[in-house]
Amino acid sequence: MSLTSADIARIANLARLELRPEESERMLAQINGFFDIVEKMRAVDTRGIEPLAHPMATVSEVALRLREDTVSEPNNREANQQSAPAVERGLFLVPKVIE
Amino acid sequence: MTQASTDLHQLSVAELARQLRARKLSAVETAQHFLTRIRRHEALGAFVDVNEETTLAQARAADAALAAGSAGLLAGVPIAHKDIFVTKDFVTTAGSRMLAGYRSPFDATVVTRLAAQGAVTLGKLSCDEFAMGSANENVAVPAIGHSAPEPVRNPWDTSRIPGGSSGGSAAAVAARLAPAASGTDTGGSIRQPASFCGITGIKPTYGRASRYGMVAYASSLDQAGPMARSAEDCALLLSAMCGPDPDHDSTSLDAPTEDFTRSLNDKLDGLRIGIPKEFFGEGLAADVRAAVDAALKEYEKLGARLVPISLPRTELSIPVYYIIAPAEASSNLSRFDGVKFGHRTKDYTDLLDMYKKTRTEGFGDEVKRRIMIGTYVLSHGYYDAYYLQAQKIRRMISDDFQQAFQQCDVIAGPAAPTVAWKIGEKADDPVANYLADIFTLPASLAGLPGMSVPAGFGANDMPVGLQLIGNYLQEGKLLSVAHQLQQATDFHLRTPGGF
Repeated sequence: MSLTSADIARIANLARLELRPEESERMLAQINGFFDIVEKMRAVDTRGIEPLAHPMATVSEVALRLREDTVSEPNNREANQQSAPAVERGLFLVPKVIE
Repeated sequence: MTQASTDLHQLSVAELARQLRARKLSAVETAQHFLTRIRRHEALGAFVDVNEETTLAQARAADAALAAGSAGLLAGVPIAHKDIFVTKDFVTTAGSRMLAGYRSPFDATVVTRLAAQGAVTLGKLSCDEFAMGSANENVAVPAIGHSAPEPVRNPWDTSRIPGGSSGGSAAAVAARLAPAASGTDTGGSIRQPASFCGITGIKPTYGRASRYGMVAYASSLDQAGPMARSAEDCALLLSAMCGPDPDHDSTSLDAPTEDFTRSLNDKLDGLRIGIPKEFFGEGLAADVRAAVDAALKEYEKLGARLVPISLPRTELSIPVYYIIAPAEASSNLSRFDGVKFGHRTKDYTDLLDMYKKTRTEGFGDEVKRRIMIGTYVLSHGYYDAYYLQAQKIRRMISDDFQQAFQQCDVIAGPAAPTVAWKIGEKADDPVANYLADIFTLPASLAGLPGMSVPAGFGANDMPVGLQLIGNYLQEGKLLSVAHQLQQATDFHLRTPGGF
């Protein structure tokens, strides 16, 4: 199975990336090269095998931890916004979304 | 001052800690000595940020604590952090233009835990962008003393790569610019550069060290660990780094803090070392094989027994890893949208255009490739065939290890198929880089602790690492097995020429 340049354009849009035509071509060749080594994986018989999400689940039950839904962090707005590209009166600025 | 400051950089972490505690050395003179060396060897490209004032302030605080008798175990010991751990006092870039100049409002848990024991931070170390790479060639921010991004150089031969993604950490420790460094390992990023630079590094069991404040690459695989010259030093640092972090990391294990130095002197009599035949096939270079075989002979002399085992899905670990890790990366890196932190493009027409231009300018080629692969395998109609299939084989790979551990106590083999290659040699061939990860990926997928220990030298006098893999939570055993080899060999003490 091989990807086409239309696939690359579709995936790039989903990933919010813009690829120049020559970049897109190179990406297509490289990703198809990668999927050649993926073919072996697709042929493996995995019927009845549970997918493994947390590696320790191989040997013991792993439940993701939950905590009480209470306020635990102090208000650090200034520090948290110090590296933001655009801030005004404590708010993150973005281009107009709703006309 | 009794210690001649000319060879202070040759002292181990353990010896530095002893001399600092005995007040034979001050933390300030120790920090100054290493800061001078870092500046002298800027050409290596290992450091991306230093902040002398902060480092010396931390050193003065350590000296005060030592004088007051309230000092932690690592008081005054200088270390450096891979630039994937967020730090308040140094920039955090993850090697990416996306985060150029970024300053975190908080410290990563690993950074906090080492600081709590009195360690002094020398600066931040270069790495592959978002920890994606095996050669440290995917770095997009300039190192100190450089005006443009450059790959980190291997101190054993500066025309070669140091390995990756923790390449700056490995190069800095090998060149004696820091006695130890932090690293992270997702698919081999501690073990492979440790092997290539002739140092010792350990990746603990997944969940042992908190991931809080580690810029996320692939969350079900990412683990922090120490890189130093000896197993003893790694044991000291790992003891400080590990421990539950229930409020900040939902996958942090409940395993209590351990003193990993306690078992270092355990004898090897009767130890069964599993030798996976798949690690010694035709892909393994003859020079690496010779060094690994010699190390295994040494183990037999020390009383261990070699047991042939099989890890039949070793080769499959490459596609499985390179499906799962990019899938998780594409999700993790969706947070870089030019809104809350990091780069934002200058000119844009609307929100979507801003996202696209920002991400296109901010990410490098390898990161874009992995985001593309990840987006594709998670997209509608392909999820079952790729991502779910990879997760199922991940379980089979983990089960293979449990089978193997019924016959042996630890597993040993090469950390990488070859010694470090030349800068640029594989730079245009991503798949060639992926294939070279074959021996580190299986333990990563299984979440097992693994380490690399200097085992000798191969072609062109480049270092070769022996990989040791243990069962879950067996870091103490791994470190003692490594320590025993280091009592019988001196490869970990060799210094590259010119350093």
